[in-house]
Amino acid sequence: MKLKTLTTSLLVAGLVLGSSALMAADYVIDTKNAHAFVQFRVQHLGYSWLYGRFNEFSGKFSYDEAAPEKASIEVSIKTSSVDSNHAERDKHLRSKDFLDVDKFPQATFVSTSYTPGENGKGVLKGKLTLHGVTKTVNIAVESIGAGEDPWGGYRRGFEGKTQFAMADFGIMKNLGPKSKDVEMILSLEGIRQ
Amino acid sequence: MQYKNTTTHFGLVAVILHWLVALSVFGLFGLGLWMTELDYYDSWYKQGPWLHKSIGILLFFVIIFRLCWRWLTPPPVALSSHKSWEIRLAHMTHRLLYLLPLVTMLSGYLISTADNRSIEVFGWFSIPATITSIPDQEDVAGWVHLILASSLIALALLHAIAALKHHFIDRDRTLKRIFGG
Repeated sequence: MKLKTLTTSLLVAGLVLGSSALMAADYVIDTKNAHAFVQFRVQHLGYSWLYGRFNEFSGKFSYDEAAPEKASIEVSIKTSSVDSNHAERDKHLRSKDFLDVDKFPQATFVSTSYTPGENGKGVLKGKLTLHGVTKTVNIAVESIGAGEDPWGGYRRGFEGKTQFAMADFGIMKNLGPKSKDVEMILSLEGIRQ
Repeated sequence: MQYKNTTTHFGLVAVILHWLVALSVFGLFGLGLWMTELDYYDSWYKQGPWLHKSIGILLFFVIIFRLCWRWLTPPPVALSSHKSWEIRLAHMTHRLLYLLPLVTMLSGYLISTADNRSIEVFGWFSIPATITSIPDQEDVAGWVHLILASSLIALALLHAIAALKHHFIDRDRTLKRIFGG
């Protein structure tokens, strides 16, 4: 009996998921025309913020206004595209001290759940794979806007922020006590398919 | 010792240039390996590369001058006791010992100027960037820089071993000549 109930609920859940997947709109992140940014910042010596970004990435997300809790996203980042506006530093960031891009050419984020909050804000949970290490991270998401664009398409954008210690992902280079954490800022616009 | 070369002896200028380049090349190689492994908070973290680049740029001009000097006042001819294969191999090595530092320094220049930044030389003057659009320039140039520098050191060691061989085994005055003797 108990098993049957479980099976039934699984079936129902499957149906709900299936139907919502049909209803949910799928968006491709607009990297083609660069209306999406994967940025990061790290403190320099504790005196200022150093900003950088990844220039090459791709991804898609799914978002249904009627059921925002079903939202999902996946993003894949080419680690060698790191750009902190200084070639020597970028070379160092790509080296074994940091991203080790020869060994770990890709970083990925795949969401596992989304908890909508007030005023278009929410928390996106997912698995971030960086430097060959996969960890669950929470991204604080804010919906920026959505609507028709002037060229016949439909767009939707979010900004997400998260923070983690580089050492948690096996990046052990010591940049000082104030520079252990990196903040990621994902500013993404998707075009509805 | 006179300052120009003769058919039998190196002049003072050539001797000084030889040892200046030799010291600089080995110094830059050691400094380069050491400075890229430094801790971020090491006081040499900024000073090491600054020194490496400053000396490297100056060395480039020194070698250009050395080539001009060599053209103006050719080095002494090989000793008559040298075998023809020794002479051929030595000439090839010498040519590479001029060429390799130049291309090594060029590749180093391409690392630091990949993002259009110029290279400061001891705060005296700056060398501007020129080529900035090679794909993955700083990484490719960095890899080439290390390979060329390592090859240069290997070749310089071969050159030194050959000189020692002339001194201790052949017992001729090949090695003495580069000290002005």
